[in-house]
Amino acid sequence: MSAGKIITAAFSDETIRELKAGDSVFINGTIYTGRDAAHKRMFEACLNNEKPPFEFSGSAIYYAGPSPAPPGRVIGSIGPTTSSRMDKYSPLLISRSLKVMIGKGKRGPEVIEAIKKYGGLYLSATGGAAALLSRCVKAAKIIAYEDLGTEAVRELQVFMFPAIVAIDANGNVFPSFC
Amino acid sequence: MREIPSDKITELVEKLCIDANINLRGDIARSFEGAYNREKTDTAKSIIGQLIENAKIAREEKIPVCQDTGMAVIFAEIGQDVHITGGDLAAAINEGVRRGYRNGYLRKSVVADPIERINTADNTPAVIYFSIVPGNEVKITAAPKGFGSENKSAVKMLIPSDGIEGVKKFVTDTVRLAGSDACPPLIVGVGVGGTMDYAALLAKQALKREIESRNENPFWAETELELLRDINSLNIGPAGFGGETTALKVNIETYPTHIAALPVAVNIGCHATRHSQGVL
Repeated sequence: MSAGKIITAAFSDETIRELKAGDSVFINGTIYTGRDAAHKRMFEACLNNEKPPFEFSGSAIYYAGPSPAPPGRVIGSIGPTTSSRMDKYSPLLISRSLKVMIGKGKRGPEVIEAIKKYGGLYLSATGGAAALLSRCVKAAKIIAYEDLGTEAVRELQVFMFPAIVAIDANGNVFPSFC
Repeated sequence: MREIPSDKITELVEKLCIDANINLRGDIARSFEGAYNREKTDTAKSIIGQLIENAKIAREEKIPVCQDTGMAVIFAEIGQDVHITGGDLAAAINEGVRRGYRNGYLRKSVVADPIERINTADNTPAVIYFSIVPGNEVKITAAPKGFGSENKSAVKMLIPSDGIEGVKKFVTDTVRLAGSDACPPLIVGVGVGGTMDYAALLAKQALKREIESRNENPFWAETELELLRDINSLNIGPAGFGGETTALKVNIETYPTHIAALPVAVNIGCHATRHSQGVL
């Protein structure tokens, strides 16, 4: 991917709102991983008014569980997993400011509605391009739910991480993503 | 009677699990070039370009093509003149999976109970299909299966009057429902006939067949091409951003069935459909 706007996490509302469905971006900065099991816990933490594992406001959650890092590497392969499995949890998390999501595939109507209501963003990374995406990760550490192994929440420092806007803050959806 | 020690099988399974996950199948890698040339938009071209680059990085840096290194599906074809010595064959295969996933830095993605969901931490057990074949060799195929695509697979018991049009509709409907979720461009494995479970196995076996191959029966070979055309007119495209290449290939395998039935199974394979084969 050549053309594309560089955006830096944590994201301002202005950055989010400037992006339109179909735009290509490169992400720099800090993002967080979380998939099925971590979402269940974050969702329950929100319901119980417990502190989330990281500051949600302006953050992006990347639906990913990496393969183990071989010696000398920061992380193993790390492509996106199917986003729709997080649909049950996302509307509540979006309402609590975790409104930038990176994954692959479709989102349900409740998620699209929440993105529109709270001015969120859903980015598609290329599923299966996991070796390529691992090169964009410059540092990684587990910050929560370590017992979940690959499903633990990791803080990643990324550089020129490629993605495409699938749903923008106005709720415009790229076809095939709903 | 030829004797093969079970630890040789463990060693082979370890090697195949690693090889399958790191080295993208040659036929799929070749098909990316054609897909790149066929695509018309910058977005579709850039995604296929990422997949070409991804396969190269994985091969050079010896890391998995996809982080979902799958549940290990193992096809073990055992020659009837072979005697396995030194222990339980299934245990030897599972030990190979255990070592491959540990030593190859592959992700452990198996949970012990579907509801309790505690990770087994070594990617075992594998799903193993044994078959007894003529000869004195053992042929093992490791087919690690990612579940982004597996989750979009389906089986349906059609009735005879549904005919070939019913089969085609079910296949295209299944791909349409999979949409952008299953990592298109896809390899679509189709099983037609047998029983409910056997159709599903045929669909999984169909994914093994190379992209350049065709069904030996001219009718089914033509159906493979027709279905590929129908699927590629859905405009799902690479990663779901529209385009010419929703699937790279449709492979169909068939078997006789009952007078009352027309079972059809669709096993969706992603663009990182993985296989590695070895013979002892």
